[in-house]
Amino acid sequence: MPALGADMEQGTLVEWLVKPGDQIHKGDIIAVVDTDKSAIEVESFHTGTVEALITPVGETVPVGTVLATITETEAEPARPGAAEAGRPGAVEAGRPGAVEAGVPAAMGAPAAAAAGPAAMGAGPAAVEAGRPAAAGAPKGKRAPGKRAPGRARPGRTPAPAGPAAPVHSTPLVRHEAGQLGVDLAAVHGTGRGGTITRADVEYAAASRRVRATPLARRLAAELGVDLGTVTGTGTGGAVREADVRRAAAAGAPAAQQPPAQPPAAAAAAGQAPHAGEAGRPATAGRAGTAGRAESMRQAIARLMARSKREIPHYYVTNTVDMGTAMSWLRERNRRLEVSQRLVPAALLLRATALAARQVPELNGYWGEDHFVPGPAVHLGVAISLRGGGLITPAIHHADDLAPGELMAKLRDLVNRARAGRLRSSEMTDATITVTNLGDQGVESVTGVIYPPQVALVGFGKIVERPWAVNGLLGIRPVVVTTLAADHRATDGYTGGRFLTAIAQLLQRPEEL
Amino acid sequence: MTPEQARQMIKDILREIAPDCDPDTLPGDADLRDSLELDSLDFLNFVEELAQRSGRRIDEDDYPKLATLASGAAFLAGS
Repeated sequence: MPALGADMEQGTLVEWLVKPGDQIHKGDIIAVVDTDKSAIEVESFHTGTVEALITPVGETVPVGTVLATITETEAEPARPGAAEAGRPGAVEAGRPGAVEAGVPAAMGAPAAAAAGPAAMGAGPAAVEAGRPAAAGAPKGKRAPGKRAPGRARPGRTPAPAGPAAPVHSTPLVRHEAGQLGVDLAAVHGTGRGGTITRADVEYAAASRRVRATPLARRLAAELGVDLGTVTGTGTGGAVREADVRRAAAAGAPAAQQPPAQPPAAAAAAGQAPHAGEAGRPATAGRAGTAGRAESMRQAIARLMARSKREIPHYYVTNTVDMGTAMSWLRERNRRLEVSQRLVPAALLLRATALAARQVPELNGYWGEDHFVPGPAVHLGVAISLRGGGLITPAIHHADDLAPGELMAKLRDLVNRARAGRLRSSEMTDATITVTNLGDQGVESVTGVIYPPQVALVGFGKIVERPWAVNGLLGIRPVVVTTLAADHRATDGYTGGRFLTAIAQLLQRPEEL
Repeated sequence: MTPEQARQMIKDILREIAPDCDPDTLPGDADLRDSLELDSLDFLNFVEELAQRSGRRIDEDDYPKLATLASGAAFLAGS
């Protein structure tokens, strides 16, 4: 289960679009996953053959859970992993999300391409350790993300991949497995030649989840019931809704206890999103619009609170004369069919993308303690959804798109965002985000940065104002541009350069 | 096209673009973009559909005439 955005913690598998034996290519859409925000089409990070679908349809699983195993095509001329070194996925191991137990923003999975048999969506293994859902798992704390993320992992069922017979492992690993009560025969080794590593054992221990129906899981989280203590009466001992209710009724005192990890471990995790998770009811997988709106609100709340807690924002503002740009737009649109016309937002996005290319210090991510430049300009666009909430998918390589192409992409993106059909790469790749509240009639917006990005650009409404040009006063359309930027990554001077670049670009619309 | 047909066409399109709204309850002189919270892209979709279904060319200069149900219907019904 890839993290489709820094604020995602779990997802529900809605639909498989492939079956075992299918040949797939990197970028193919292989599944649909429902998140707090939207249904997302998950693209494959690999080229190869689908070996097994591990997560069943309807199941809600934490980020990092194996969804399926894919055998990579041996004869790939250019190894996808190598090609991807420059992509966000590859650098994301160093992104804050990756090392935070609670929010593994690192999709991890692209990096997985570097390792042999790849597991879709495998993220930092430790993610599951501290989760309420992983009740009963030993709380072995190890730094999440330390381990190369995204190698093939054992599923909850005995791993279908890998050599069956002799199990390779070291004495130390066997010892650890014994202590944790892990059966090595059921563990899929990710070391050299299929050797089982210590991390594999820890992962297996952590992911040895209680079998439960999604409804039961959700109910357990809401009622504060530890699934590990519930006797299941469903198929194969799976815990059902009724079992959870029975346990909750029986063990009222226990229900007062948050089902999560010991306080010490929570403190060790140190990351607030995670620590705050203990008593919070599970949110994903709720059916219906009301539930979606509520869980989206919570997802936004977590991410924005994290942003304001961690990111020292600074702000710069500029008012830009849009006279030339608006006249140019008007003249251009006059000759065109409705479907070809540009809205001013397309010019603003285009100028932003080019400015991000000119001032690359603002285009990228904040890693653990340093700035990581984005591999390209992937422009995140804040799109408000009908019924409330907000989603910020990315337009890939926005700086390479002419205004007309950008406009087409924007329309497509907005339509698909509202219809709930976004793709996984669109949810994860943004390197800088734009919010355009002009349509709501406000003159300026001072935004909150989307971690781990380092800049958010805001545009207000284009309004007519008295404006001095060459010593004369006239009426001009103007727009207030703002930049909220991460002071750890850049200083106000850089922010100023960026806004100045946008203003200058907008004075020459024909060159955009 | 009669004003009534034009009105119906506008409502049909609005229902598709903003499924959570009921144009039937909308006063004829209410500003469509404000009351239905249409952004510029929604409005472009609206104009595009309108142009397609009515077979009429709609220029940017005509946009103000599409501001309300009443004015929009009058515009489409006019020759």
